[in-house]
Amino acid sequence: MPESDFFSIWVYLSSSPLLGLSMTVLTYSLAYRLYIYANSNSLLNPVLTSVSLLIVFLSVTDISYEAYFEGGQFIHFLLGPATVALAIPLYQQLAKLKKAWLPILITVVSGVMIGAFSSISIAWLLGASTETQLSLAPKSVTTPVAMGISELIGGLPSLTAILVVITGIIGAVIGTKIFALMRIKDDSIKGMAMGITAHGIGTARAFQVSSEMGAFSGLAMALSAFASAVTLPWLLNLVGLIN
Amino acid sequence: MNFLPGISLLLIYQLAGELCVKLLDIPVPGPVVGMLMLFLTLVIRGQSGKALDSSSGALLSHLSLLFVPAGVGIMVHFDRIVNEWQAISIALILSTIITIVMTALIMLGVNQLLSGKGQNDA
Repeated sequence: MPESDFFSIWVYLSSSPLLGLSMTVLTYSLAYRLYIYANSNSLLNPVLTSVSLLIVFLSVTDISYEAYFEGGQFIHFLLGPATVALAIPLYQQLAKLKKAWLPILITVVSGVMIGAFSSISIAWLLGASTETQLSLAPKSVTTPVAMGISELIGGLPSLTAILVVITGIIGAVIGTKIFALMRIKDDSIKGMAMGITAHGIGTARAFQVSSEMGAFSGLAMALSAFASAVTLPWLLNLVGLIN
Repeated sequence: MNFLPGISLLLIYQLAGELCVKLLDIPVPGPVVGMLMLFLTLVIRGQSGKALDSSSGALLSHLSLLFVPAGVGIMVHFDRIVNEWQAISIALILSTIITIVMTALIMLGVNQLLSGKGQNDA
């Protein structure tokens, strides 16, 4: 094929949404395989791998983020219905919730506040900008909800998405070690702490320990997502960080 | 062919959630309100049904894929990360440890408090 033909095909492709869309799916499938191949090691989280690969690809081919997102938006849009769908796993944990609703509720609400305000105040002490502090606030919340909160309170949703994933990885990697140090044996407590702190990535790790810990982690993740969405924007407004 | 009714239901609840947020002017993401509405519907109905199970399963089994396009957006904020990476990483690590330790302690404390008084089952 002559070079000019190849060039015109590339010009067409790089401006079409199809390229961004298919690159996203392809890269993710690759990253996901790598993750499974490495025995679901949290450090090889597929989001982190595929985001890095895509950024390299876009930089090398000199495609702007806006052009990429023309295609990426079709996947991005599904975050909304996926958030609604979180009601189903939450509903499946209803029996556990009914049994111990008071300790669960107290732990979730206080955990959400501790997670948000500890990250905001540490970042503030270290001189981070307000936008960065606000992007950090929902870092323990499952990504689709965290991004919604971040947008609402004036953070940067894309920064939040990455921070959430990194938080999940940190939690999944150090969580079980912390529980061993604290001599906590109760799987329901370990699961609650994991789900509130490290959302879905922590929950995946919890399921590797026991199904009891995984179930409680999933329940804690769903409840804390809801508690954060309802309380954080209002609380941050109250303390004057946003208006 | 369970995908269509399931996904329609999810979209309708999202729409209802978004409408609710706009009309009542409450600072909560619309899909979260949709999630609560669907959860309450399921509690009242007493079951989730095949259609909803299959389409939510399809969406949630690769939930991580859905964060990727937004995550790539971090390339636009590259300067911010380079400038603030120390504050960001220390805040992430410390706050994650604090949150894990504190939530575990709180749950432990509340459990002990309740069992000390004798389990008051609600």
